[in-house]
Amino acid sequence: MSQTSSISAPRALSARTPAIARRKSNRVRGTWPVLVLFLPPALLLFTVFVILPMGEAAWYSFYNWNGYGLPTQWIGTKNYELIFNNGAFRQALINNGLIILVSIVIQIPLALWIATMVTHRIKGAVMFRLLFFLPYVLADVAAGMIWRFVYDGQFGLVAGIFNAMGMSAPFWLADRQVAFYAVLGVIVWKYFGFHMMLFVAGLQSIDKSVLEAADIDGATGWQKFYRVTLPMLGSTVRLSVFFAVIGSLQLFDMIMPLTGGGPSNATQTLVTFLYSFGVMRMQVGFGSAVGVVLFVICVVLAFSYKRIFMKND
Amino acid sequence: MNVSFGRLARHRLAIALSAAALMAGVSSASAQSVIKWLHLETNAERLGTWQEIAAAYEAEHPDVKIEFQFLENEAFKAKLPTLLQSNEAPSMFYTWAGGVLKAQMQTGAIRDITAAMDADGGAWRNSINPAAVAAMTFEDKVWAAPIQSGVVSFFYNKELFEQAGVDGTAIATWDDFLGAVQKLKDAGITPIAGGGGDKWPLHFYWSYLAMRELGHDGFEAAKNGEGFTGEGFVAASQKLIDLGAMQPFQEGYLGATWPDAMATFADGRAAIVLGFENTATPTIQRGAATDGEGLVQDNIGRFPFPVVEGAPGLITDDFGGINGWVVTTNAPPETEDFLKFFTNAENSAKIAERNAILPTTIGAEVGVKDPSMAEAAAQKAQATWHQNYLDQDLGPNVGRVVNDMSAELAAGQISPEDALQQIQDAFSLEM
Repeated sequence: MSQTSSISAPRALSARTPAIARRKSNRVRGTWPVLVLFLPPALLLFTVFVILPMGEAAWYSFYNWNGYGLPTQWIGTKNYELIFNNGAFRQALINNGLIILVSIVIQIPLALWIATMVTHRIKGAVMFRLLFFLPYVLADVAAGMIWRFVYDGQFGLVAGIFNAMGMSAPFWLADRQVAFYAVLGVIVWKYFGFHMMLFVAGLQSIDKSVLEAADIDGATGWQKFYRVTLPMLGSTVRLSVFFAVIGSLQLFDMIMPLTGGGPSNATQTLVTFLYSFGVMRMQVGFGSAVGVVLFVICVVLAFSYKRIFMKND
Repeated sequence: MNVSFGRLARHRLAIALSAAALMAGVSSASAQSVIKWLHLETNAERLGTWQEIAAAYEAEHPDVKIEFQFLENEAFKAKLPTLLQSNEAPSMFYTWAGGVLKAQMQTGAIRDITAAMDADGGAWRNSINPAAVAAMTFEDKVWAAPIQSGVVSFFYNKELFEQAGVDGTAIATWDDFLGAVQKLKDAGITPIAGGGGDKWPLHFYWSYLAMRELGHDGFEAAKNGEGFTGEGFVAASQKLIDLGAMQPFQEGYLGATWPDAMATFADGRAAIVLGFENTATPTIQRGAATDGEGLVQDNIGRFPFPVVEGAPGLITDDFGGINGWVVTTNAPPETEDFLKFFTNAENSAKIAERNAILPTTIGAEVGVKDPSMAEAAAQKAQATWHQNYLDQDLGPNVGRVVNDMSAELAAGQISPEDALQQIQDAFSLEM
């Protein structure tokens, strides 16, 4: 649109200018009512519920404030210093990194593998899809509570299995070396179904004739997957990784009933850290500072990921 | 279940009442005051008693309606600051006194009940144990109506002690206690049930040890500005590390919640628990045990937290909670009157008898029928010092750090110096 008009405009400038102006004013007249009608509600909601709280959090983060009344005790960047000197925060950061790593190295390949199996027209494929997707449907809190019970060394399923084999049961969630791996296991179990569904949708959109052509060319199963399916699934994989990253940064409601961030902060994530050290201790100023740090991490990750990996999607 | 049924029943009653009022052509329903009672009680029996008292009050005061609102313990603590500053603030809510109550006072969100306490020549004030009123008093004003106070002590399984050849009544010093733990271990019995996942059950150990090491004067000096890095605190922290190193707790205790720990004790899977005054009562045992029965009271012994030899702390220095109800700024004026009714000797005795608590209302002790509770009451009566839970007394921030550090120390994950420095860091921010 703009290109053609800019090229053609100089050629018959005098004759066409009024026409363009009229058309432009028509367009503006056409958009104004829409703008006036539709923008304020969204803008207002967005400002009140997103922009303002973010600004407020940034403001609170410079105060030592317990949430009552108005913040008065200005402490500069002390909250930020406290965050970066806090061992539990570093642990939370490492844990979030681990979740992303496990998502990419174990969860997504697993999801892709299972997705390729359940898209084939095998008997009960729909059944299996449903089965693998079920954990994702379950509420995070419920999943956390269920797995707390499963891992229980006294009455849990794990205890039952170990006892049946004549061994004494481990208490994984109480062992700071092991607890986070146990949590990672639950995360993979809970979310691989979601990624699988993404891949199932991606696989179904691949043109069958391309795969048939590869068949005719004598490609092996692995070659077909590696050379045809995977490249054509590229955008789905990138999207899947994106969700895994964002999901890791948001992870909270499953951790709380499962371990509450313990033992010794071994299973804290950034959000559970914010909750236990900001909200529960009524250190709203400190918590806000954690929120700001989390926000910056999210924005940087999301934008750079979109810029670098998803620019063509 | 009971709660929702009660609510439904009350709704029906309210509907019936307002219908009756309409028919009579009287609009008294619109002039009704509503007392919104925010509580965190999950025990249906206790709630039942409260509802009964509330109903009795409503019957006497037809223009007052009492509405129960529930929040789970942790959710309550997290939500309260926001709730108090909103239009949805409850009329009265639960408190553990201490630093949290003080912080609430400073915001103006709660109302001091001094005037109501002192009305009629101080009738209400004089009906309640002075120490309990003092615990709710800041700047010479009373900020909550006390209802109960407790004392934490050791409870033990007599049968298991016998098996290990330990005499529970002979434990007077910390060394005696460690000796008993060792004997139990040698007999193949898990000595102590601990709730390391919730952390605060372990802060009982650190608090008591610090109280015993420092004594009243030393401890007060620390709270009043001297701080928590002194010798006595190092010694107390080291003792907790040493105890943890003996591995006296049940397996997986670092992930265990308080109910888990109580179940461990009530099932007879561990011999000792450092618990609340009502640990040995049948109600609590039934609620805690996996079989719904628990230990019979005759099988449960009790001894106060032992002293540290050569340290100034006395065996009669008690540690335990104090609770009350806080009135919010915009609560209807009838709230104080209801609380006065709720804490009168008759009602307090009723609650004490049915719900295993130690009332703070004078004359309500007659309701303490359970022998183990009576024993705790007797200990409390001769207390030389009563220290509130540190995670309440020191305020929410320092308190949580104390809890965290107690768990870390018991797990042997931190040196006394580092743990105390963290407590001190949090403490210095509050000063």
